[in-house]
Amino acid sequence: MAGPLLRREYYRVLRRLLMPSTRQGPPTAVLSRVRHCSIYTADPIKPEEPTFNKILVANRGEIACRVMKTARKMGIKTVAIHSDVDSNAPHVKMADEAVCVGTALARDSYLRMDKIIEAIKQTGAQAVHPGYGFLSENAEFVQKLESLGVAFIGPNAAAIVGMGDKLESKRLAMAAGVNTIPGFDGIVKDAEDCVKISRDIGYPVMIKASAGGGGKGMRIAWNDEEARDGFKLSTMEAASSFGDDRILVEKFVDNPRHIEIQVLGDQHGNAIYLNERECSIQRRNQKVIEEAPSVFLDEATRQAMGQQAVALAKQIGYSSAGTVEFLVDSKKNFYFLEMNTRLQVEHPITECITGVDLVHQMIRVAKGHALRLSQKDVAIRGWAIESRVYAEDPFKNFGLPSIGRLTKYQEPLHLPKVRCDSGVEEGSEISIYYDPMICKLVCYGDSREEAIQRSTEALDAYVIRGVTHNIPLLRDILTEERFVSGNITTNYLPEVYPDGFKGKQVSPTEKVELTAILASVYLKNELRSRVFVNDHRSAGNAKLPDTWELVVKFGEWNVPCSVRLSGNSYEVTADGTTVIVDGQFDLATPLIVAKVGNSHETVQLIKLGSAGEVRIRYKGTAFQSQVLTQAAHALLSLMPEKPKVDQSKQVLSPMPGLVKVISCAPGDMVAEGQELCVIEAMKMQNSLSATATGKVKAVNVKPGDTVEEEQVLVELE
Amino acid sequence: MASCLGRSFTGLLKNHGLPPRLGLNTPLLRHCSISHTLKVRQNINKKRGEAMLGGGQKRIDAQHKKGKLTARERVSLLCDQGSFVEFDAFAEHTCSDFGMQKQKFSGDSVVTGHGFIHGRLVYLFSQDFTVFGGSLSSIHAKKICKIMDQAMLVGAPVIGLNDSGGARIQEGVESLAGYADIFQRNVLASGVIPQVEAGESDIQDTGLFPYPRLEGRVTAVLAHGGDAEGIAECVIPGGAAAPGDQTFGRGERQREGCRVYICQGHPGSRISHLVAWDTSVGGNPLEGDLPPLVDIPDHGPCAGGAVYSPALTDFTFMVEDSSYLFITGPDVVKAVTNEDVTQEELGGARTHTTLSGVAHKAFSNDIHALLNLRTFMNYLPQSNQDPSPIRKSDDPWDRDVPGLDSVVPLESTAAYNMLDVVHSIVDEGDFFEIMPNYAKNIIIGFARMNGRTVGIVGNQPKAAAGCLDINSSVKAARFVRFCDAFNIPLVTFVDVPGFLPGTAQEYGGIIRHGAKLLFAFAEATVPKITVITRKAYGGAYDVMSSKHLRGDMNYTWPTAEVAVMGAKGAVSILYRGEKDVAHIEQDYMDKFGNPFPAAVRGFVDDIIEPHSTRRRICQDLDKLASKKLTNPPKKHANIPL
Repeated sequence: MAGPLLRREYYRVLRRLLMPSTRQGPPTAVLSRVRHCSIYTADPIKPEEPTFNKILVANRGEIACRVMKTARKMGIKTVAIHSDVDSNAPHVKMADEAVCVGTALARDSYLRMDKIIEAIKQTGAQAVHPGYGFLSENAEFVQKLESLGVAFIGPNAAAIVGMGDKLESKRLAMAAGVNTIPGFDGIVKDAEDCVKISRDIGYPVMIKASAGGGGKGMRIAWNDEEARDGFKLSTMEAASSFGDDRILVEKFVDNPRHIEIQVLGDQHGNAIYLNERECSIQRRNQKVIEEAPSVFLDEATRQAMGQQAVALAKQIGYSSAGTVEFLVDSKKNFYFLEMNTRLQVEHPITECITGVDLVHQMIRVAKGHALRLSQKDVAIRGWAIESRVYAEDPFKNFGLPSIGRLTKYQEPLHLPKVRCDSGVEEGSEISIYYDPMICKLVCYGDSREEAIQRSTEALDAYVIRGVTHNIPLLRDILTEERFVSGNITTNYLPEVYPDGFKGKQVSPTEKVELTAILASVYLKNELRSRVFVNDHRSAGNAKLPDTWELVVKFGEWNVPCSVRLSGNSYEVTADGTTVIVDGQFDLATPLIVAKVGNSHETVQLIKLGSAGEVRIRYKGTAFQSQVLTQAAHALLSLMPEKPKVDQSKQVLSPMPGLVKVISCAPGDMVAEGQELCVIEAMKMQNSLSATATGKVKAVNVKPGDTVEEEQVLVELE
Repeated sequence: MASCLGRSFTGLLKNHGLPPRLGLNTPLLRHCSISHTLKVRQNINKKRGEAMLGGGQKRIDAQHKKGKLTARERVSLLCDQGSFVEFDAFAEHTCSDFGMQKQKFSGDSVVTGHGFIHGRLVYLFSQDFTVFGGSLSSIHAKKICKIMDQAMLVGAPVIGLNDSGGARIQEGVESLAGYADIFQRNVLASGVIPQVEAGESDIQDTGLFPYPRLEGRVTAVLAHGGDAEGIAECVIPGGAAAPGDQTFGRGERQREGCRVYICQGHPGSRISHLVAWDTSVGGNPLEGDLPPLVDIPDHGPCAGGAVYSPALTDFTFMVEDSSYLFITGPDVVKAVTNEDVTQEELGGARTHTTLSGVAHKAFSNDIHALLNLRTFMNYLPQSNQDPSPIRKSDDPWDRDVPGLDSVVPLESTAAYNMLDVVHSIVDEGDFFEIMPNYAKNIIIGFARMNGRTVGIVGNQPKAAAGCLDINSSVKAARFVRFCDAFNIPLVTFVDVPGFLPGTAQEYGGIIRHGAKLLFAFAEATVPKITVITRKAYGGAYDVMSSKHLRGDMNYTWPTAEVAVMGAKGAVSILYRGEKDVAHIEQDYMDKFGNPFPAAVRGFVDDIIEPHSTRRRICQDLDKLASKKLTNPPKKHANIPL
């Protein structure tokens, strides 16, 4: 009875929320948003089950939106908290109520327990969902809530304390009979101590923050020097990210896969595992692409890992959704890494393959309900892949944060089996204050092949303008041979791209296809430039050639081609191959679905510039190209090359951020490779070193300064 | 290269109704008269063929070596393929002094004619540096005047591609007269047809020197005629070699009533004040029967100069590292003011597009400049009798722009990029910005709204808080007047904290210069649509196309503040000396820090949601297309120059 009513209410709310996008996007965009709700088939929401009236979501961005979506479905009112710069953020608009808890810096707003507790009192929220990051694994916060009689939608404080500390968690894991990695069982005192311990364990070692997670404060060292540096940087990162600079060292498992088990427990001593997630595609210990299930695990290993994870959960009385991370070596030996006592970023892929709404379950168990699901209800249906779309430049070290305003933003929700968990909209600012993640693009299908196929299509149709993003890398990985075959480890990126990511490498067929598309875009624009609605004098002057002889320049290629207009399509001949491009595209929409030959290729027209310049996104990578007539191209060789500015004498900021440390002064002699300063952006420390040996001429910044991308920080003589 | 020339030559013959090749092997050859006719024909073809090569293959190669295109290559790139029709290809100079009668080139040092750019007629001239260094002779000037006259008759734009060393000193005052004839036409054509000049290379006052850097051993001859002022001496800048120096042999010879200095330069030495004979071409320079490589006239007081033509026309584009514009060259500057300056610093593209505001845009090379010029011409109407062009556009006129709702930061003192606003509102984000690097606190340029060309003016909060100062006022004023002259509607985005205060501005005459922008907006009769995005303070509010200056549609966004000044400033004057002013400031903010004071008085027509701005403007432009408004009859207005 209440079911249809509630659903209608939900659709109404959803429509209201999505009104802006219904006006501009294709109508399918809305339908698919609704459609993705239907993935939750296991233990669907029962409206008659008692639950909270109002919850506060102590987070921002996509995870706040994600939690609110389920809360709304359950008929729970939501309260958002936000910093002043987030006042117009989607998570604020989505909530029923919103409270500003401070200024931009996380420690002045999203980490301010006093302000958040005030907000809870003010709004009368009965429970708090912490999302991930911020206060999600802060036992003190949980205790404060407990003392107020407010439910924390997460595990109890003891579990957080136990698992939050790497040393303690290892002891607990061993006690629960979980396999662990050999390592040093204590806190590292200083850099020299770190070197000594590392030698004892034997290189390579992993240096990591005791309180850490998510790759922050983690460094791998292969020798004494790296151990010393790693200790220094990890300590600083740990201090700034977690307010706890304790560091520990352990054996680093070479060639490992990162596979984690999702567990779910309740307050009645029940716990189940929801299968694994393969998270091996990482850069600097941060996940890039995750999938569920893993191609690597057989049923026996899956079960063994699941059972150990459940044993650990039960051992610590875990009563929420959590994740037990394992390193798995090539012989399918697995070692306990850590347990994340929160909802993971990559939880949607588990939801897609199991049909369980994890947020729903978290809220249920926090209310004190027992799990209705038992282990036998948990199946693996199909495959899901999550691509983390970040505002970062993948051409620099597989991703250095970038910032900017999303001047145009369109999620590929018109495609089937695509889920976008995002907390941004067109016009949103990606700032230096918070995580640079734009969206989690989750695509699913019956098989891994289908999930990959849908992911590439979705990435091709994902329109993001205004910030540099990592879609080129994501798109390339998804079609890369090793990834497709499932042969992945945590070293995947450096192994597949030993010289760093250089963008899409086009094959000969793709070269012709890209040429054909570019030539067609050019010609369409060229012909349109002659159509004036209100100028009758020029009519008839436009005597057009039958065949256009063009040269298309992109990357290192200059491809001569001839284009013939036949009816409404363009016949492009290049490299002896003729390709027919259907002319039924327009030059204003960002997406061009070009019918090239018999296949459909989604390309994005980023910028149609003057002088034949066309910037196009093809198979993920943006190609700056120029289309010229052959006559113009012949003359181009006469034009002088502009001399390039020698930048080896300058140290430029690779990204916008905050100057943390300056380790040189004017007049100092520095050696090539010596660290000159450290820039912090998105809580990551980036050490910048001298590109040449020389004397420091000028230091243009001081610690605490905010710097922009490409800003000159230090100049050498 | 050769095939390219060959093709254009064949195309040219076709344009003149001639078969590409004339068969000579016919029975008619028996008749003498017929053979005469054929000989004439052959001669015509020969001459035309010569005209195609300008100053000859060697000079063409030299031009290419400098990274520059020849006059004809430029024309072929600028016009639609095969559409150029040349005038006066057989014209020759009439000078008989200094052996000039022996050096004649078909067409002289300029290529003129008409062609189509995207099917639309343009008249153009392209100076040929390979012939007498592109120097301006009287026939050169006459050729230019001819196409300008015809462009005026039919109402089509004139494009000038400049590549000239200056006046042809052998012709003396005739050359100066030629300049003046062009200037007069520039002025009469102003506001009638669009005039665009691209400085492909040196454009100089007649008293300027391009300092050719000599490569290889070169003998140079200094010459000056009886009519012009004499050249006192030869100066080699940098002091590496000077006339009379041992390294720089000097001779003197009486020849046809003038003195001739003969100098020799070493590789790398820079020569000015001279006519240089290129010995690599062969022949004896002393005989003076070789064409000058570079023709640099006397640097004495001259009436007018080549530089004024770009200044008189509507838009001037330059090429980086190869275009220079200055009244006097670096060594004269050194001699007069003792200032050391390179020619790039003094009059390069960078200088004129960032500091002086003389040129409107700079491009990296000739090809880039010409192709951009094609794009640019697509925005302009053919003449003042034509409406603002409406080109086919794929962008829906009623497209919502959701991103605009958050473009203005919550903090009212924070900067944002007005270009974000412009790009997201106009058709396909296509904005041809004019003077992007000069007076960055104001944005001007052309864009299309629902296909129709509009002129965009916008304060740029990112630069100097978007204030109005001398440079930004003058920059925008001239643009507004161009748009008004050519029926291009004006769309103005306002976020202006006021005029920039200070002695530098006052002494520079901000009152006079600011008045230019006020004058331009007040005088304009084209459709005027204004959107106040945030601040509109003080006199600057009035100036920026306000309702009071006959604005047709004036909108504000909800973030707008229309007031005499900011709360702090206002309260410090109103409550001078009072200590606790915080609450008064708050009162002032509450009263004026919003769009209502202006809206209740009808000074703005509506407060609109930013995302609907494009739709509203497109609707208004359609409605205002039939706007008829004329200013009182007058000879001309007296703009505060």
